[in-house]
Amino acid sequence: MTETIDLPVSGETFRDNVTKNYSNKLAKKRKKQIIVNQIGCADEVPEILANTRTAPGILTMRGCAYAGCKGVVLGPTRDILQIVHGPIGCSFYAWLTRRNKTKPRSAEAANYMPYCLSTDLQEDEIVFGGEKKLMAAIDEAVAMFHPKAIGIFATCPVGLIGDDVHAVARAAEEKYPDVNIFGFSCEGYKGVSQSAGHHIANNKVFTDVVGQLETPKEGQYRLNILGEYNIGGDAFEIERIAEACGLTVHSTFSGNSEYEEFASAHTADLNVVMCHRSINYLAEMMEKKYGIPWFKVNFIGVHPTAKSFRKIAQYYGDQALIDRTEAFIKAELAEAEKVRAEVYERCQGKTAMLFVGGSRAHHYQDLLREIGIKTIAAGYEFAHRDDYEGRKVLPDIIVDADSRNIEELSVAPDETRYSPRISEERKKQDEAGGFTYNDYRGMMPEMPVGSLVIDDCNHHELEALIDYYKPDLVCAGIKEKYIVQKRGIPMKQLHSYDYMGPFAGFRGAVNFYREIDRLLNCNVFRFAKAPWDNSPQLAATYVSK
Amino acid sequence: MLLRHTPKQITERQALTINPAKTCQPVGAMYAALGIHRCMPHSHGSQGCCAYHRSSLTRHYNDPIISGTSSFSEGASVFGGQANLLEAFVNIFSLYNPDIIAVNTTCLSEVIGDDLTQMIRKGYDENKIPAGKIVIHANTPSFTGSHVTGFANMTRAMVKYFAKSGGKGKNGTVNLIPSFIEPSDMEEIKRLAHEMDVRFIMYPDTCGVVNSPLDGRYRLYPNGGCRKEQIIASGDSHTTLALGHLGAQPAATLLDTQCKVPFETIDLPIGIAATDRFIETLRNVAGVSVTETIQQERGQFVDALCDMAQYTYGKKVSLVGDPDILVPMAEFCSSIGMKVLHAVTGTPPAKYPFEERIKAVAGEHVIVKAGQQSDMFLFHQLLQNDKPDILMGNTYCKYIARDMDIPLLRIGFPIYDRIGHSYEPVMGYKGGLSLFIKLLNTLMDRIDRDAEEENFELIM
Repeated sequence: MTETIDLPVSGETFRDNVTKNYSNKLAKKRKKQIIVNQIGCADEVPEILANTRTAPGILTMRGCAYAGCKGVVLGPTRDILQIVHGPIGCSFYAWLTRRNKTKPRSAEAANYMPYCLSTDLQEDEIVFGGEKKLMAAIDEAVAMFHPKAIGIFATCPVGLIGDDVHAVARAAEEKYPDVNIFGFSCEGYKGVSQSAGHHIANNKVFTDVVGQLETPKEGQYRLNILGEYNIGGDAFEIERIAEACGLTVHSTFSGNSEYEEFASAHTADLNVVMCHRSINYLAEMMEKKYGIPWFKVNFIGVHPTAKSFRKIAQYYGDQALIDRTEAFIKAELAEAEKVRAEVYERCQGKTAMLFVGGSRAHHYQDLLREIGIKTIAAGYEFAHRDDYEGRKVLPDIIVDADSRNIEELSVAPDETRYSPRISEERKKQDEAGGFTYNDYRGMMPEMPVGSLVIDDCNHHELEALIDYYKPDLVCAGIKEKYIVQKRGIPMKQLHSYDYMGPFAGFRGAVNFYREIDRLLNCNVFRFAKAPWDNSPQLAATYVSK
Repeated sequence: MLLRHTPKQITERQALTINPAKTCQPVGAMYAALGIHRCMPHSHGSQGCCAYHRSSLTRHYNDPIISGTSSFSEGASVFGGQANLLEAFVNIFSLYNPDIIAVNTTCLSEVIGDDLTQMIRKGYDENKIPAGKIVIHANTPSFTGSHVTGFANMTRAMVKYFAKSGGKGKNGTVNLIPSFIEPSDMEEIKRLAHEMDVRFIMYPDTCGVVNSPLDGRYRLYPNGGCRKEQIIASGDSHTTLALGHLGAQPAATLLDTQCKVPFETIDLPIGIAATDRFIETLRNVAGVSVTETIQQERGQFVDALCDMAQYTYGKKVSLVGDPDILVPMAEFCSSIGMKVLHAVTGTPPAKYPFEERIKAVAGEHVIVKAGQQSDMFLFHQLLQNDKPDILMGNTYCKYIARDMDIPLLRIGFPIYDRIGHSYEPVMGYKGGLSLFIKLLNTLMDRIDRDAEEENFELIM
């Protein structure tokens, strides 16, 4: 069921015009990143250029590798003590700013999330090296917090002066054998965006954390949820649904998570992947090493949520689980439908644009569709081609210099612990029946034909998009938020939502319907224009005297 | 408890900073650069610095914050950032057409030793900077100073690149250079100067830039900000008043050296006494008199203090924030009978006798901590050892406030969870009155909340 959209100005015209002010070189490159969507048979979509450098001077939406590693992937976990090795800023800005919620098991249980730790490097240490200070910082941290695990994050200057965070981590681990201490070489200049940091985080979590403990959680159907960061409580809602269906969430990477859950994640039966971009590496490596299969899920929107939980139940194949899941979905859908139907009436026909991270620009289109809002343009901030075109393009992706410097681990089956959860035969059988493993279709096959797909969209292009297409709603990040809103157009920040949540799952969808309804319909933006703005004074009148 | 791991027992730390009471230089430089009209700040470093600084300022102001970045890759980090910077000039001028680009460096570009002066020269030589356009820069490595010194360094760069002596002698204008303060306070200081008919130039001036109106049109360069011509002309002014020792004085000092404009450094006008000193100084250097309106405002402030000081007298307060704000704030609190217990800042005071000043205005008993490891973790520990009735600081204090059940008055940077600081000043007499009212409301809401039924009062 392919949707088609007729833009008032064709996407091709937009692309040609918006790149006019660029240098020839930049225009040529950007034209490969601004694509008018087409869908052929077997999900065939046009090629898009992605995961490539942003031109200097461009007002970009992107951040750095450190933000992807510390901010996104590791940040949401509560009991790995995280020390940022570098000057103060990097740690400061990643301090509680992503709205990752967490619920410790007890009042005494470790929760380091409200703490921001830094070696606060000074000029002397930049000159003479900061390793000693890092070691001293670890000493102080161990004495103060008694953590089970410590993650050390390298920042730009640390990499440049040659401080070896891994060597310090090893030395510290010798000193504190009860503490798992590991470093991340996530200097901000690595790669072209946050994406490099995700990969670096995945690698280290895989080599140094997963598989450290053999403590499986109780439960018949145990799965890990990968790429869910509990922003605004999304993971809480997903946990609620999972539990009601009879599933046991062994660990979430990394929303509302604990070290022990990570360390024993290899004991679960299944990995489901929410944000493909930030965590597909871990899913793949865990499959290779431990034999845990993975598939992509989407908990954004009631129908994707229902579909994903059905798929999970189908994977386990137990009729009781399937029935319980169905019954729960039925009740939840009925509950959500009341709000959806009402909001749909007020929102249908409106248009939206989404420029968000690595999965939301895709997933939230479903949620918007449920209330009748059409996405006319979308793009990712830091995705790769497979996130747009689907994993089938993986073999064709050219690895450039910027990606090559991010380590690609070679993984072999674990000698003792590799145990395929399902047989090759069963997998083939499932796939023949339409059940997909190890797959992600990507954003483009699910976007309307004729809509615009823009990778690494920038300020200049976003402004032009708004001028050309006058969307009713824009979804992007905090840096873009007020640029859009000054124009009187409501903007939903979809990185950390700014306020509210959850937006995932059934109750989350209802929250989102209501929030979009509020933004579009009960909207204070109507005051943007003063009454006199549209009625120029025709003649002067003396009112005084 | 949210901060369940913070022990009451204080142990000295030498390496680890926990919950900093400062952030890095570039964010202050970016904020200062926004205080020039039609200026594009530019962060010469990795994309992340720029993204974080823009996000942080955007959340603090709920307004668009623009800045370019040199988007360093690993290659640029090895070979130097010149090619990136020159390309950035071309892209910024062709796409965003600012009059000025204000470049701040980052730890990255500082560590590799990028020479900005030379690179900017090359930009002009190779016509990457169009005729009539200007690029300025400030060195703001994050491994020295704090956001306050970053602000000071960018302001100093404005002097260095723009201020000139016309050679016709000094005119009657007074330069007003603020420290890292809110646009609302800049506005209030300007209003007071206008009110007294003082000819003045203020820079940086972020009002109208980071608190711009919503009227259906987005302006890449809002109407506010000090005009370049004014910064140039500040070299011919009669005197400079630097409002803040760490955030403002470096620019004033350079203006003196460069253009022979003498300066006086005074505290930010927070509270009666500091505002009195500001008005007195301004009156004297400008040779004007204090107007009826200002008298009236002062009188109203004093009136409120006399009416209500019973609610502040003897109350214990703990302060965390930036030195330029903490000194007059401690003085104000002390002057209305409060007992200042703690004053903590992560900003290294350098040569400024911060501790002496705090003790001079608020008493020898105040525990003063400044510089490295003087962070909010230590602040929280100090509070556990001597609990105040109220605490003043930025948004991060809410975790301490909640755990310890102490009311919080938000002041400083950043404030991510409330609005108001963009619009409502705390400086000058009017701002002081509004600060006092906020303080009273915070304390008196607490009295109402905690009063036994038999002691609950209608009239207060």
